[in-house]
Amino acid sequence: MKITLKVWRQGGKYKGEFVEYKLDNVKEEMSFLEMMDVLNESLVQKKEQPVAFEHDCREGICGTCSMVIDGQPHGPQKATTTCQLHMRSFKDGDTIYVEPFRAKAFPVIRDLVVDRSAFDRIIQSGGYISVNTGQAQDANAIPVEKDVASMAFDAAACIGCGACVAACPNASAMLFVSAKVSHLAMLPQGKVEAKKRAQAMVKTMDMEGFGRCSNVTACEAECPKEISVNNIARLNREYLGSVFASEKIV
Amino acid sequence: MNWFINFLGSSIGQKVIMSLTGLFLITFLAVHLTGNLQLLVNDQGEQFNIYAKFMTTNPLIKATSYLLYASILLHAVQGIVLWRKNRSARGGQGYARKVTKAVGTNSFAASNMAWLGIIIFVFLGLHLYQFWLQMKLGKVPMAEYNGEQVKNLYVLVAEAYSNPIYVAVYVFSMIVIGYHLLHGFQSAFQTLGLTHKKYTPLIKGIGWMYSIIVPLLFAIIPILMYFNIYPLSSFLH
Repeated sequence: MKITLKVWRQGGKYKGEFVEYKLDNVKEEMSFLEMMDVLNESLVQKKEQPVAFEHDCREGICGTCSMVIDGQPHGPQKATTTCQLHMRSFKDGDTIYVEPFRAKAFPVIRDLVVDRSAFDRIIQSGGYISVNTGQAQDANAIPVEKDVASMAFDAAACIGCGACVAACPNASAMLFVSAKVSHLAMLPQGKVEAKKRAQAMVKTMDMEGFGRCSNVTACEAECPKEISVNNIARLNREYLGSVFASEKIV
Repeated sequence: MNWFINFLGSSIGQKVIMSLTGLFLITFLAVHLTGNLQLLVNDQGEQFNIYAKFMTTNPLIKATSYLLYASILLHAVQGIVLWRKNRSARGGQGYARKVTKAVGTNSFAASNMAWLGIIIFVFLGLHLYQFWLQMKLGKVPMAEYNGEQVKNLYVLVAEAYSNPIYVAVYVFSMIVIGYHLLHGFQSAFQTLGLTHKKYTPLIKGIGWMYSIIVPLLFAIIPILMYFNIYPLSSFLH
């Protein structure tokens, strides 16, 4: 396959631009990242700076790879991370735009690498359980209904990649925060601190400069783990319940 | 009270303001529509004028109307604040290519709520100037029904809708309102956290019907009046 790439090149806070690269020998069975590896090898041979991009497990479970490919975070294939996207999704002769996740809260470090530590700070502010839950329980010591456990697990499937922020016209982090709040709030150990958690995580999310959710649902459409916007409604409920019905002020 | 002020400034608090004022404005539209449909009564505006007098003099309705003005302003100002906040959150550099998909809502409406809202606000300015302000300033001819002097608002409306440009502006504005409602109706419930496996499909269904039927009925009025078609009969006599 012949592929023309228009890749965003940017050094930190300096102004970036698209640079065109032509690849003549792309195989259909290559993953998108393998194609980027091939591009980088050719750049290194030409003594040019390789394109910086993030990747780790390449199995679709770590949430490290990012990139907006032809206007969609993680590219055109539904429920797939960039590392699991293969070149058979494209046609011979295609021109593909490759851009970083763009949001004020995700500043570009270099090329396609953005700083997503805002998500870490949101987690630090409440995405954990600090009550003592004792030794590992017997499997049936705490009754949890299967449906609820499944919903909690669906929310916990969030890999924190930030595609929701990249897809949202408002750069809102509500899907991420709602997934984290939901998966903990639905289980007995997490429920204990649910009230405080909802307020604390929303507060940090706002401080980090993410936009406000206007229920566009582009986040769910692009999420590689198909996290549902129902979690956002649950976060709204948790938050409103916490602000108005609990005595917690965060 | 600090906690409450903090809430109003939080991202969810700001959206709740949009949601509650929006739901109130949605309810108002239905009331406004029942009033407007009386323009189509074939009695040279008698029933409509008597209704208009009731709506402008009844103290309870007058009090509600101040709540309405406040809601419109709050919805508009908060909307602009959110729009600016969201644009700045996107960052300076936009995408060269952007695909915005949506799940269970209209993606065009959902991602253009601010623009649709701004068009509606401009329309509202024209609408209030044309009818509401003229009525307030008393620049309306009088009509007499059973010896009682009543402002003849109907004449003002009929005159406006004899102009095809105004008819077109009104019809266009109703299409814009329809799109705004298409996303706004169900979005208001989502923001309040009111989602439920059993009731959300119902809310979405009602939202779709409401955002098509209500603007459609509003838009039909100037068109029929332009062609001098008055299909309804009065229940006054």
